[in-house]
Amino acid sequence: MNKYKTYLKYFIYSAIFVYVIIISYRSARPRYKPEHYTDIFKDFSWLNDWPKWLDFPLMQPINSGFDWLISKYGLFFDGINNFLLGIYTSMRNSIVDLPWPLVIAMVITITYFASGKKIQTTVLVAFCTFFLGFLSPRYWDKCIMTTCIVVIGMLLCIIIGIPVGIAMARNKKVRNALLPVLDLMQTIPSFCYLIPGILLFGLGAVPAIIAIFVYAVPPLIRLTDLGIRLVDKEVIEASEAFGASKKQTLWGVQIPLALPNIMQGINQCTMMSLAMVVIASMIGTRGIGDEVLLGLQQLNVGMATEAGIAIVLLAIIFDRITQSYGEKLQERTQPKKKINF
Amino acid sequence: MSKIEIKNVYKIFGEHPSKVLPMVQEGATKEEILEKTGHTVGLDNVSLNIEEGETFVCMGLSGSGKSTLIRHINRLIDPTSGDILVEGTNVMDLDKKNLIEFRRHKMSMVFQRFGLFPHKTVMENVGYGLEVQGKKLEEKNKIAMEKIEAVGLNGFEHQYPNQLSGGMQQRVGLARALATNTDIMLMDEAFSALDPLIRTEMQKQLINLQTELKKTIVFITHDLDESLKLGDHIGILNHGKLVQVGTPIDIIMNPADDYVAAFVKDVNRAKVIKAKIIMLTPEDFKKNGEKQSNIIKVNENDFLDEFLPKVCLTPATIEVIDNDGNIKGYITEKVLSKALTKSNANGAYKS
Ligand SMILES: Nc1ncnc2c1ncn2[C@@H]1O[C@H](COP(=O)(O)OP(=O)(O)O)[C@@H](O)[C@H]1O
Ligand SMILES: [Mg+2]
Repeated sequence: MNKYKTYLKYFIYSAIFVYVIIISYRSARPRYKPEHYTDIFKDFSWLNDWPKWLDFPLMQPINSGFDWLISKYGLFFDGINNFLLGIYTSMRNSIVDLPWPLVIAMVITITYFASGKKIQTTVLVAFCTFFLGFLSPRYWDKCIMTTCIVVIGMLLCIIIGIPVGIAMARNKKVRNALLPVLDLMQTIPSFCYLIPGILLFGLGAVPAIIAIFVYAVPPLIRLTDLGIRLVDKEVIEASEAFGASKKQTLWGVQIPLALPNIMQGINQCTMMSLAMVVIASMIGTRGIGDEVLLGLQQLNVGMATEAGIAIVLLAIIFDRITQSYGEKLQERTQPKKKINF
Repeated sequence: MSKIEIKNVYKIFGEHPSKVLPMVQEGATKEEILEKTGHTVGLDNVSLNIEEGETFVCMGLSGSGKSTLIRHINRLIDPTSGDILVEGTNVMDLDKKNLIEFRRHKMSMVFQRFGLFPHKTVMENVGYGLEVQGKKLEEKNKIAMEKIEAVGLNGFEHQYPNQLSGGMQQRVGLARALATNTDIMLMDEAFSALDPLIRTEMQKQLINLQTELKKTIVFITHDLDESLKLGDHIGILNHGKLVQVGTPIDIIMNPADDYVAAFVKDVNRAKVIKAKIIMLTPEDFKKNGEKQSNIIKVNENDFLDEFLPKVCLTPATIEVIDNDGNIKGYITEKVLSKALTKSNANGAYKS
């Protein structure tokens, strides 16, 4: 019974393979292929170089599919575009309009409370923030734009990534289905989705946000999944044995215990968002990234370096805030000191 | 009706348990099944009854299926075939919602590695069973505090589990199981991870609690001394098969096979046999025409080793009395020496 099933599987796979070959042969241009298909079996010269008719036609269907997507669901993508753009512009404008000392004060307050009142971290972050503008006054507004894009991209990652990670941890089928998708998202070169992003959403901040999402959400999903699956099995059993429902176990036990890992995922997510926002400047996203680009285009090493330093400072700010918040959570869930008894 | 009835339960771990089941039912051994199909036999046709108010100890070497068995009772594991009845209800018939209710109100569990929630304080841990039931915070904390006191952990209620020693952590586990006030308590190697001294202390504490609470306890251990100390009945598992069920004395005196015999070989009999178990009734004693001389009185619940030194010093007849001083029987030197002699499998002694 089982053997029969495996043979059937092999048969189906080979049938698909043969079908694909036939399709590629039939769709090849006439001048690329022999006059009659029986010639293939008479003249074996095609075995030397890869024959031009052995070419799976993937490009045209994707192009036409993409066109179809734009014409059919254009409104849908416009909706997403307007929504994200709206959030972005209002966020950017309100921060840009604030006096710069107030912005620094805000950053300090956020860091102070997120890090659990750690003075050292707060001072470090305050200096980094100050130096953004100090490097070049031009950078201040650009850093705010970059920050807004990163923050919105991250929020998108968190809102979608964490529930997906949880679903993956709880259901083996979901995990098996999603793992190859995550692999694809992480290995596909970023320009492959930056360009279609422009076609769908136009130039500007929105394709950058989408690119951030594609690039930065996989580690968050993976770490959420891992964190939840790493929770001690006996602890889960204990929760179930006392009659906790799936939901109670999830919220009361699994998520709190997975939180350090999830925070690590968010931290990773931030760093990757920043890396992507610099690349996105090449598709016309405004922000600190275009200073680097400008420096490179003009072969102005000093300018590129200055902008590079600004990006590093921005990364330090993001990293310190998310990292220290994670540490604070971890301390609460896993107290270190031991009482001798 | 017994409190818990387990009927012909089979559990096979692997991809296609139901396909392997007939092979197991036809008597293939665990090794054969593993070799031929890659499936692991967890339980092989286990049937047993556990009575209300008793402590049933399930014993066996590591990997013999003890944990698997106990997890069937609250259905943390579903059997491949067979039924589990608790107070007459078939656990397999419960739907999701009823199963949750059943776990909340019928039984609680204590775990080998404690299974405490590291992000909750001692008080929150103990109150967890009540929390999932949706009890009010005040009521929950009041009951939790009572149980914390019952296990002697006052003053530690706001600590986190990993700030406590192993023994204290397992007390938290015990208090958590007591807090929901269920009739049945499942204890999976609850004391195995503790140091010997602390283990003895915990065993005493459990015995004391049990005389008061009269719960039905299913206790798992791989330690014979522990099972003899705690068990009213003992079941012995080997490779997923239940090879013997009986009272501690049954197990020691009449081991069913070599596996059990090997288990009880080194046990200190004087420490586990009580006077009332080997004593002759006054009638038998008179019939044998034994002479009464130099009488030593012992309580019927005394273990042999408690009065053995006295008997060794002066040859004497032992008079067994109950708590009120009534004579229940006699122990002669002959009976005593027989009880202390090691028996082989299917040994001579019949109680
Ligand atoms: N989830 C599982 N998957 C596969 N095999 C298991 C699983 N749980 C237990 N087993 C196997 O079942 C047998 C009994 O295990 P267990 O009940 O944990 O033994 P014990 O508690 O007596 O040490 C062992 O051979 C173990 O490898
Ligand atoms: Mg076990």
